[in-house]
Amino acid sequence: MTDVDEVISRAYREDWARVVATLARRFGDLDIAEEMAAEAFATAVERWPVDGIPPSPGAWLTVTAHRKAIDRVRREARSVPKHMEALMLSDTPEPLGAIDDDRLRLVFTCCHPALAMESRVALTLRMVGGLTVPEIARAFLIQETAIGRRITRAKAKIKAAKIPYRVPSREDVPARVTGVLAVLYLIFNEGYLASDPEKEPVRSDLTAEAIRLTRLVRDLMPADGEVPGLLALMLLTEARRPARVSACGELVALAEQDRAAWDRELIAEGHALVRARLASGEAPGRYQILAAINAVHTDARDVRDTDWSQVIALYDQLVRLDPSPIVRLNRAIAVAELDGPEVALAEVRGLPLEGYHAFHATHADLLRRLGRSEESRAAYDRAIGLAGNTAETAYLTRRRDQLART
Amino acid sequence: MAQYLISVLDDTSDSATAEEMAAIDAFNEQLETEGHWVFAGGLASPSTATVVDGRDGEAVLTDGPYLESKEYVAGFWIIGAPHLDVALRLAALGSKSCNRRVELRPFLGA
Repeated sequence: MTDVDEVISRAYREDWARVVATLARRFGDLDIAEEMAAEAFATAVERWPVDGIPPSPGAWLTVTAHRKAIDRVRREARSVPKHMEALMLSDTPEPLGAIDDDRLRLVFTCCHPALAMESRVALTLRMVGGLTVPEIARAFLIQETAIGRRITRAKAKIKAAKIPYRVPSREDVPARVTGVLAVLYLIFNEGYLASDPEKEPVRSDLTAEAIRLTRLVRDLMPADGEVPGLLALMLLTEARRPARVSACGELVALAEQDRAAWDRELIAEGHALVRARLASGEAPGRYQILAAINAVHTDARDVRDTDWSQVIALYDQLVRLDPSPIVRLNRAIAVAELDGPEVALAEVRGLPLEGYHAFHATHADLLRRLGRSEESRAAYDRAIGLAGNTAETAYLTRRRDQLART
Repeated sequence: MAQYLISVLDDTSDSATAEEMAAIDAFNEQLETEGHWVFAGGLASPSTATVVDGRDGEAVLTDGPYLESKEYVAGFWIIGAPHLDVALRLAALGSKSCNRRVELRPFLGA
């Protein structure tokens, strides 16, 4: 890669959202913003190797995209609307603070609750993340035309229904931030445990993109503790990725992972974030508690060193916020380590999670540890039937077949 | 100011209780004082509808609604709002006041 290529790809990562966000506010149109940002970057690829790298690549891209947008509006409209005419008089870059506000507006608009979740995900990856439609399609193994349609429809709804391009009002902020974080976490999880048997079990491009976007949102909203909470949760989960799938493509359970393969740098950053949240003294939300649970796990160099009573105490805190059966299932897994499988089994029984593969996998594991092979095998069968991820299916199948041999 | 249609979804008609009617009146008053009011009304049962097709000369009349469905529009509001966030807040209040689900839909180019 030449120097120019490197500068361009760095500018793309760092400035794409800035250019789109600024244009979207100035022209009140996401279509124009997206297309002209893409054209500005294409022009950079053409011009920079010849003309040299401009002193401020970000400003150059914003001004170029801005001029192209003006040209397009002039070409398409016989008369330019008054509010746009005023904007066209200046093409000097705005102070950084205003641009950050624009990026935050863009994030909130793309994650608006009036849009379907799948549209929010696609739109956020395209407009904020700068992924191309083919890249998004590849990441989710969905046809490009389908992703394109999804994005087009979302943009049309934003325009027609007048979804505002703004940071939500104070009383709406907590709920809307939760909505943004849900989009980011979904992108991360789709990368971390792909739900489709046709897909690779772990896709680091998606987890890396989710982390990058969450870092951006954290920089834009430093006051909300759940944002660094989610970032810490992602980092501490991502840190274990190298140990998560075996050479033969099988999912490796937390207890069996080679902890030397964990990424110490990500763990250190995640732990620092968790410590900072604890030091704040504010009551933690669900992402912060989940991050703390993962901090306990990643703190143990050996699974036997895990502080299970701490894990359970954190799950108790989480149950108070979110008494859902899935949280209680995960709590029961920790209970099995502290109080034994018998106690955990009593807690798992009766949870209304018949359609959830992890429920049956947990059930199967507890029965196996109690020596109840026949029942365990039946539970593994149900888990395998429901699991979508290839690495997970491979793991469950091996566990079941080991059972058959004993 | 954009305009939005809030349709009230129901499976029976003329079914609002006295409390619901009182809550709807209060919501209507709020719409007027806050300057969002455009129009509102309740509709009679779908069985009272007539489909009229006047595209080819003499109009063809069909008794009943154009679509048989379990749920239908029992009433509506037309509101003015600067953008969707305000309209969503009003739609939520409307839904609460009439105690029914509602559909919020923008007018074209308004």
